[in-house]
Amino acid sequence: MLRIVLAAFAAMAMSAAVAGAPPVVPDTMAQRMQPCTACHGKEGRPTQLGFFPRIAGKPAGYLYNQLDNFRSGRRAYPTMTYFVEQMSDDYLREIAGYFASLDLPYAPPQAVDAPRDEIRRGEALVRQGDAAHGIPACVQCHGAAMTGVLPAIPGLLGLPRGYLVEQFGAWRTGQRKALAPDCMARIATALTPSDIAAVATWLSAQPASLPPAAADTLARPLPLACGSVSP
Amino acid sequence: MTRWRAAALVLAAIVLAGAGLVAWLNVRGEDPLTGDAGSFVATPEQVAQGAYLARAGNCAACHTDRGGAAFAGGKGIATPFGTLYASNLTPDAKTGIGAWSAAQFWRAMHNGRSADGHLLYPAFPYPNFTEITRADSDALFAWLRSQVPVTQVNRPHDLRFPYSLQASLAVWRALFFTPGVYEPQVERSAQWNRGAYLVRSLGHCAACHSPRNAFGATRDSLELSGGLIPLQNWYAPSLASGAEAGVADWSSREVADLLKTGLTSRGAALGPMAEVVFRSTQHLTDPDIAAMAEFLKSLPQAPAHRGTPAKLDKDVQAHGETLYKDHCATCHGARGEGGAGPQGVVYVPLAGNRKVLLETPANFIHIVVNGGFPPTTAGNPRPYGMPPFGPSLKDEEIAVLATWVRNAWGNAAPPVSALDVLEAR
Repeated sequence: MLRIVLAAFAAMAMSAAVAGAPPVVPDTMAQRMQPCTACHGKEGRPTQLGFFPRIAGKPAGYLYNQLDNFRSGRRAYPTMTYFVEQMSDDYLREIAGYFASLDLPYAPPQAVDAPRDEIRRGEALVRQGDAAHGIPACVQCHGAAMTGVLPAIPGLLGLPRGYLVEQFGAWRTGQRKALAPDCMARIATALTPSDIAAVATWLSAQPASLPPAAADTLARPLPLACGSVSP
Repeated sequence: MTRWRAAALVLAAIVLAGAGLVAWLNVRGEDPLTGDAGSFVATPEQVAQGAYLARAGNCAACHTDRGGAAFAGGKGIATPFGTLYASNLTPDAKTGIGAWSAAQFWRAMHNGRSADGHLLYPAFPYPNFTEITRADSDALFAWLRSQVPVTQVNRPHDLRFPYSLQASLAVWRALFFTPGVYEPQVERSAQWNRGAYLVRSLGHCAACHSPRNAFGATRDSLELSGGLIPLQNWYAPSLASGAEAGVADWSSREVADLLKTGLTSRGAALGPMAEVVFRSTQHLTDPDIAAMAEFLKSLPQAPAHRGTPAKLDKDVQAHGETLYKDHCATCHGARGEGGAGPQGVVYVPLAGNRKVLLETPANFIHIVVNGGFPPTTAGNPRPYGMPPFGPSLKDEEIAVLATWVRNAWGNAAPPVSALDVLEAR
């Protein structure tokens, strides 16, 4: 219903522009967040450029942490930093809540073009981890359905392979950080480059089952201490 | 032989005299250093006043690094001469200013010399701060000393030779820096004088809004007449020209709106000015903002000249209009009239918009390419933003679009080239 109202508003604004009357700007978050759609897609779904992550439906706590990470230099992407550096905590929380509230279907997954061994290794790491190397399974924290866990653990589906690989690389080099202790940096460092490729390949090829909402509970304790997730 | 020796002696005397003159010029006007760190006792009023002045001077913009401890320094300031790193202002005795006396702090603010005597680079805007009063300097010092000490060793500057030498800096200071005092102009109101003091000293508006010479010195004779911010691709428009950012014909209310909320029906604060509003001016009192407005409104204005319209050929005209309709009209209106929501202006008008029409198109291109949000402020806590069109439009398309907007609805300004766009990316 909300979407229909928004669409009607947008159509009105559009027709006003065509007719020559001054546009009446809708007093909505959707309108305020227009700049985000240039990369993250309309309604927070990624564009065809194949790099930008889906933000719609991610847990609000996770999204807020990332906005704050960009503002505080723990993550580095010039456009994101430029957008959020003069924003209050209140507004960042509202923005995070807005995108978290969007319940939208997922785009079809990316086509897999990888050797069978790589795919198998990827699935094994995601589902079982690699105890010998101290690597927990992704599903232990990100939820059995990999759709994230409230309030601050992100889902892993609908993310482009290139984005996933780059995040692991950024954790390894310290380009991407989280509040200490930085569990993902530890995991990324323990993974080999071919492990990272395998995980990214497998994850990016998974279809999202509906509903894609984040789980609200998780077996505790977590396998690793994470500063961005309250214990 | 004796002739050579005489010549050498004369030369040596000239060099010595020159060095002596430079040295003297570097320490002129200094007050004696009295008292030590322990002898300064701050009053609560001083601490409160200092907190306010630190906002007015936007100290945090440089002295707090992104994600770093407040006022512990470390942020890099890129200049054409190399990168300077802001210093630790927390009261840590070893790495901050915990062992400084109030007199040493005053010497840094007023004379540009550090506690140990070394000359400070004017990226620390003491050419402006020099006009601060001793009382305000002491209040700032009192407030800084009340902060949590943070142990963080200052990062050495990374400057190219010869800018890295203190001797070079001494010559620069001899040529371009004179310690000054704010002299109230008696024929002006107290409010005007307060505004002038804030703009010229702590506000250090001239650091961006005045042109700089080849040696990086701002030129006093061209006060606030606009300057390109080095290495950032933003132009700080002239506050002394109605064609740029002069406010002589604005109401005080409009000036206050811009400085307090970051948004007016004439334009929004984006880029470096968004930071100034966010960290500094939105926190100033209404009387201080009114004072700054009175001073800024009184600045002598360069004669307004109408821009030369670009001659658009038919293809550019048609292509530009299509691009505008497809990407801009929904928000900025079919005739560039802007858009408003229930609380007033949201999307600024583009017809007659001075930022769009600046001779230097850098800011306009920057905004089209990168988009941006005005700052969140008490008066505009949930800003709308401009999408970046860099990802979706080619340089040539942005050039055509910008040229078209600069010449639509009575606008008149020189064309923008694809090269201009490339430079701004």
